[in-house]
Amino acid sequence: MKITVYVPGDAAALALGADAVAEAIATGAAARGVDLRLVRNGSRGMVWLEPLVEVATPQGRIAYGPVTVDAVVALFDAGFLAGGAHPLCLGPTGEIPWLARQTRRVTPRLGVVDPKSLTDYVARGGGEGLRRARAMAPGAIVQAITDSGLRGRGGAAFPAGIKWRTVHDATATQKYIVCNADEGDSGTFSDRMLMEGDPYCLLEGMAIAGRAVGADRGYIYVRSEYPHAIAVLQAALAAAGDFLGGFRVEVRKGAGSYVCGEETALLESLEGKRGIVRSKPPLPAIEGLFGRPTLIHNVITLASVPDIVAGGAAAYREQGVGRSRGTLPFQLAGNILRGGLVEVPFGMSLRELLYDFGGGSRSGRPLRAVQVGGPLGAYLPESQFDAPLDYEAFAAIGAGLGHGGIVAFDDTVDMAKQARYAMKFCAIESCGKCTPCRIGSTRGVEVIDRIRAGDRTQIGLLEDLCETMVQGSACAMGSMTPIPVMSALNHFPEDFS
Amino acid sequence: MDVPATLGRILDTHRDQPGALLPVLHEVQEALGFIPPETVPEIAAALNLSRAEVHGVISYYHHFRQESPGRNVIRVCCAEACQAVGGEALAEHARARLAGSELTLEPVYCLGLCACGPAVQVDETELHAAMTPVKFDALVARLELEK
Ligand SMILES: Cc1cc2nc3c(=O)[nH]c(=O)nc-3n(C[C@H](O)[C@H](O)[C@H](O)COP(=O)(O)O)c2cc1C
Ligand code: SF4
Ligand code: FES
Repeated sequence: MKITVYVPGDAAALALGADAVAEAIATGAAARGVDLRLVRNGSRGMVWLEPLVEVATPQGRIAYGPVTVDAVVALFDAGFLAGGAHPLCLGPTGEIPWLARQTRRVTPRLGVVDPKSLTDYVARGGGEGLRRARAMAPGAIVQAITDSGLRGRGGAAFPAGIKWRTVHDATATQKYIVCNADEGDSGTFSDRMLMEGDPYCLLEGMAIAGRAVGADRGYIYVRSEYPHAIAVLQAALAAAGDFLGGFRVEVRKGAGSYVCGEETALLESLEGKRGIVRSKPPLPAIEGLFGRPTLIHNVITLASVPDIVAGGAAAYREQGVGRSRGTLPFQLAGNILRGGLVEVPFGMSLRELLYDFGGGSRSGRPLRAVQVGGPLGAYLPESQFDAPLDYEAFAAIGAGLGHGGIVAFDDTVDMAKQARYAMKFCAIESCGKCTPCRIGSTRGVEVIDRIRAGDRTQIGLLEDLCETMVQGSACAMGSMTPIPVMSALNHFPEDFS
Repeated sequence: MDVPATLGRILDTHRDQPGALLPVLHEVQEALGFIPPETVPEIAAALNLSRAEVHGVISYYHHFRQESPGRNVIRVCCAEACQAVGGEALAEHARARLAGSELTLEPVYCLGLCACGPAVQVDETELHAAMTPVKFDALVARLELEK
């Protein structure tokens, strides 16, 4: 009898040695005459347990992790192929509390399916949204997205339905769907995991969007730092057959520019130019890629679409709080004991995520600061950990959820240094169009250096500089870099003296 | 490597692709390790662009290289989530270790491995998580031996 074993091919699992583990299991099985079917699935998101090996048994999938090459022989001896007991055994995967407590709406197949198998995808409920969409009028699909309350997951949280309506209503012979897979924020990896673990979900979301707004071509712009995601997407496309109907998708590779995650810079880059931010208006929905109406969304936004169309807008809307509907796959990163992908409805507190899921710091020291929402996100002190994770509640404390990345720091962090880094990152990545962003950030580094050297008179200057950047920048790169800087200064003034 | 032939083959496959410049530059760099300045006029001519435009794009993007890199390119993540677990000390260690080496060291700002940092990427193929100075030295020793 064939025995199926899953060893993730996700980049995080690979970085933790999954290939060598897979090889050791294949060798061990061959030596024991076992007929093995080895599936390279995505990651379940429990990064601290990677490489997480699963065995399909009559009782369901049993998990072992983190598995090292050295442990493989002992696992065979313990009969892990039949779900045998071993210190690394975690029991049925779906019952691991960290996973069982989540609401996996966007990521139900993550780590479950073989990412390159369309058959597997369809067997696990994939394709249902597209099937329904084909029987719906385009306007009705747009209405479903509007009714679901879905907001863009790339950072700005703009209502998706409004963009869909605009592109739908635009008259043009050619329209485009563009997927923003630039995922430049430190502390975020949900786009990467989804592309590597469930690529057909993204492709299906794009095809539904194409049908809704009248676009038959799509581009996925993936950052060059993600070669594994690019390879999985290309393999999935090559094996897609007529799954997407007449909708054609091209995968494009970025080239190491953070600002190319900004939607208009991304479009410039797709057109073969430098990634300089465009002036708005015109909106991309009216004049986007190659001057045509373009619906541009983040990976997670588009991957949420099949579930909304298949399950109905009401079911999606039911979850969440206030104007933050549905779920968000948060990413626990940095100095955290149990890091990974946590998809939960909006409304949970940051503290629950950090301690109940994250288990506190990896170092064992107290958590001192948490940056939420990437390099343009605020640094939050312990006193703000009870903030509910919802767009409006975070805006109310001068912070943002961004793309859901949560980076934890323990008490060894030097917040003046973090503020300096925020300015330095802006100086490195600025597209150069606005002086306050391009020059102001370099000045910011110098001013913080003087403060760190003991010159407290420079603090007023830093505040003025931040104000100039906020006022005089055309995009969030320049206008939001002051957020990590000022939150560090305001919440951790002791680090600036 | 026959540069003109390689370039000709790459340009042929992309001639009719809208916005083909980045895909072309990626393929040239993948084939040759960098984008030799002498390829710029031909790329520009094939895609109906000025040399200045092509040069502007090459120099704008951090990923594109105009000079031949070392035998391996090691990218060490310098972004926040890795900083939170010792990334900065690792980057400093890497700089010292690779000074004068045949291997090229580059900073990278996030590899999407932020729950298991510090993260390192070798030649866009090999990934390493939870990197320490000791593990880094072992990695470099292996790469230097491999040749
Ligand atoms: C500097 C900068 C970087 C950005 N980077 C990303 C990114 O990596 N991924 C992303 O989806 N959105 C990014 N955005 C947001 C996009 O401009 C845009 O809002 C998003 O692609 C819209 O998709 P959504 O509606 O699905 O969120 C960035 C914005 C700015 C200003
Ligand atoms: S704020 Fe900075 S990144 Fe944004 S458009 Fe201006 S210069 Fe470019
Ligand atoms: S911050 Fe280093 S991998 Fe993301």
